[in-house]
Parts: sequence; structure tokens; C-alpha cells
Amino acid sequence: MERILEQIPRFFTADNMALLLQSAGLTLAMTLTGCLIGFGLAFILVFLRQTPGLWALPLRVVCITYVEVFRRIPFIVVIYLVLFFIQTVASDASLFTIAVISICIYAIAYTADIIRGGLESVPVTQTEAARAMNFGRLRTLVTVTLPQAWPVILPPAIAFAVSFIKDTALVSQIGVFELTFRGKELNNQGYSGILVFGTIAMCYFLMSFPLSMLGQYLEKRLATPRGERSARKIRRA
Amino acid sequence: MPHLAVNDLRAKYGALEVLKGVSFSMEKGQVVALVGPSGSGKSTVLRTLVGLTPVSGGSVTIHGDEIRYSNAASVRRARDQMAIVFQQYNLFQNMRIIDNVTVAPTKIKKRPKAEARADAERLLAMVGLADKLNAFPDQLSGGQQQRVAIARALALHPEILLLDEVTSALDPELVNEVLDTIRRLATEGMTMILVSHEMAFVREVADKVIFMDSGAVVEEGLPEQLFDAPKTDRAREFFGKILRH
Ligand SMILES: Nc1ncnc2c1ncn2[C@@H]1O[C@H](COP(=O)(O)OP(=O)(O)OP(=O)(O)O)[C@@H](O)[C@H]1O
Ligand SMILES: [Mg+2]
Repeated sequence: MERILEQIPRFFTADNMALLLQSAGLTLAMTLTGCLIGFGLAFILVFLRQTPGLWALPLRVVCITYVEVFRRIPFIVVIYLVLFFIQTVASDASLFTIAVISICIYAIAYTADIIRGGLESVPVTQTEAARAMNFGRLRTLVTVTLPQAWPVILPPAIAFAVSFIKDTALVSQIGVFELTFRGKELNNQGYSGILVFGTIAMCYFLMSFPLSMLGQYLEKRLATPRGERSARKIRRA
Repeated sequence: MPHLAVNDLRAKYGALEVLKGVSFSMEKGQVVALVGPSGSGKSTVLRTLVGLTPVSGGSVTIHGDEIRYSNAASVRRARDQMAIVFQQYNLFQNMRIIDNVTVAPTKIKKRPKAEARADAERLLAMVGLADKLNAFPDQLSGGQQQRVAIARALALHPEILLLDEVTSALDPELVNEVLDTIRRLATEGMTMILVSHEMAFVREVADKVIFMDSGAVVEEGLPEQLFDAPKTDRAREFFGKILRH
């Protein structure tokens, strides 16, 4: 305990804090980039997966297999797979790129199911009305189904990204200078583990808490029926 | 040549044959009423016409042009000529009333925005909803929503309007406002197929009544023929039960 107290002034130096801040930023950047790109690609996956017709069967099988496989593999294994695969095809890829690709691959698999669930929550009669008026599949998705599915899709998708901030720690295993990696480094320099990782735990909390608050706010906002919302807007105006 | 000819139309849900060879035809400007007990396949007839339920046999021709339901372009053409109004309105919940009515004309039929909007405003005024343009569907009553649904279908300027029990989800006091709209369309010469349980209304507006049971047409004729002097036992039993109330 005394050792910790004695280390505090030495630990909380501007240099150390800048280092931590930088790696916290890196963690956040990797998570958000990976999850956002993954989320976008997941839409494409879900759309392809819903392609009707016999000729599209192989396509559907590939999409379903992708989701089922990657949801069952530990994230750390995905990271190593991507690392070794990328190193054989493009040896100069940065570790950051490799980390983002890994997160992306994982996020596609998880959010695809969230998106599919959301789309399925919209009554099929809405799609039928659109089809009967000659809407194509993509137009139906963009103008009718998706706008109604957001309230179901967004909260769990945000929750996924928020919880992934901490899972991103695993990319430290391949040597990305993210938050947990820095922690190990500082610890190796002789700082008390409790002090270092206590601070790092705090950093993770500070990163994810505001985001999950944002998620909850969106959830509440989206849950309000549109009619009430616009009525409120009218009243306010 | 009839405007619409349906010949031996068949449809299945899985192994269950729901339409077992339905045939009828209608002329331009006619109002045809499909009546029959629950589960007889009336909705399925309308749904197969617009390609929402797959056809397993028979033929449908409009102006002598056969619709091939296995061919996407042919189905698109059929949907271009027919508009359906559902029992449960099925308005797009995420769009304002005006957008519900203009979305297909502008995005699908590629009509100029201003023209589509003017048309939509005219139609919504006709169904008595000129003051609801900017409301969302969940802010309207059932009767109002159903009238929007009719306006949305009319905005497509269909050759044939299909109406599936458009009053059965409504409270009695709201039924008349919707029937008034349909009555007006009938006098204006709109070609319509009307599925309805409102026998008094059918008698008033229909040029022809088709009585269906268990996925087939049992009897067809003028309303007074079917209602007052049905030839088949099945029709006599059905109308006897309904018209006595
Ligand atoms: N999606 C479906 N899956 C399986 N069976 C269905 C489906 N929709 C309808 N059916 C069956 O098809 C038959 C005809 O149904 P349909 O809805 O056309 O009858 P209807 O004459 O419109 O009846 P109602 O007056 O009750 O609306 C019924 O036996 C019904 O149970
Ligand atoms: Mg029905």
C-alpha cells in the first residue's frame, strides 16, 4: 500500500497520462471504426441473405454460414486468423488495420443477426403493401422496413459496440499499442499493477459509460411512437 | 373482350389448395362483388391477382394480355394495372399521410413531384382528409386510415381497384364514411372488385355478385338474382342466413 502511495506522483505524470490517453483513443478508434464498417456490411449481408429464388440458394447458405461460424469463434482466434492471413497476402499491413479488420469481421456476424431480428419485427403486411405497388426489394428495405426497424436495431447494436470497447483489449495480444497493452508496459516499468490497471479500468469505464448512456437515450427516444413525437414537436412549436 | 378474365385460377398454401379453379370475368367500369363464407378464398383471389400469393394454375388476362406470374416483368405490369386496398389498411407507418399517397407515384411511376402532390391532395380532399396531410397513420382513426389507403390506391390510377373487406375492421359509425367513398367511385365508373360482407351495400353498387365457397365459384349473377332467388342450395343457405339479419 505504501509503495502505491509513494508511486502516485511518479505515475500520474503528463507523459504517462498522454500515453494512456493516446492508447485509449486508439482503442476507441479501432472499436468504432470496426463496428461501424461491420454494421454497414452486415446490412449488405442481411440483404443478400434474403434474396429469394432457387438460384440464390448458395448465396443464402454462404451468408448463414458466415454468421453461424463467426459467432462461435472466440474473438482472439479471429484476430490471429486475420493476422496470419493478412501477413501472407499483404505483409506490410499495419497492426491497426489488422485489428480493425478483425473487429469488423466479428461485428458483421453479431450485428447481422440484430439487423435481421429488427427487420423481421416489422409486420409482413408493410412489405406486402409495398410489393403490391411495385416497390423493389431494396426500395422496400430503405423506404419502408428499415425506418420502422431502427428502434429495434439500434439499442442492441449500440450495446454491442459499447461492450466491444473492452473486448478490443484482446488485440494487445498481437502488439497493438492499445490501452491494455500500455498497461502491461507500464507495469513492466515497475509501476504497481494495482495502480496501473486500476487507472486503466477507470479509462475503460469512462469510455463506455457515456456511450451506453447515449444508447439508452436513443432507445427511449425511439420507443416513443412517432405520432406522439410529432405531436410534441407541434406543441413545442 | 372482357376487361379482366380469370380462368380456372388455382392457388395453394403449402399442401392446402385454397383456390380450386376460380373463373369469372368483368367488363370495364363494372363493380364485381366477391361474397362467401369466411375462409372461402375471397382474399386469396385478390392476393393472387396482384402476385402476393403464388398462382399454381389457371390464367388471368387483362385486355386479353395474359399475366404470367412466374415472370417478374409480367407481374410488374399486372401491379401497374391493379391496386389493392387491404382490410387492415397497411399504411406505411413511418410516413406522413401525404407521403403514403405520393411515394409510389413519384418513386415507382416517376411522375413529377408537384404533379403527384397535387393529385394526392385532390384525392385526400375527395375522401375528406384534406386537413390530415402531415399526420402519421397512428394519429388517425381506422376509418380515416382506410380512406387514406383508398386514396393511396387511387393515386396509382389503376385500371382495376381491388378492395378487400375495407369496412370490416371499422367501428359501425365509421363504416359509412368509407362506403360513401366507394359509392362515389362506382358512380364515376371505376372498375372494382369488392370483397364485402355488407350485403345491402353490395346490392346497391355491384353489377355482378360472385358467390364463392371452399375455393370455388358456386354461383354468379346480378345481385337481386343471387340474393332473392339463388339457384344453388349452398347459396340459398348462405344468403338465407345473412340476409335474415
Ligand atoms: N398465409 C396463409 N397460410 C396458410 N393458409 C392460409 C393463409 N392465408 C389464408 N389461408 C387459408 O386459405 C383459405 C382461404 O383464405 P382467405 O383469406 O382467402 O379466405 P376469405 O374468404 O378471405 O375469408 P375471410 O372472409 O375470413 O376473410 C382459408 O382456409 C385460410 O385458412
Ligand atoms: Mg379475407
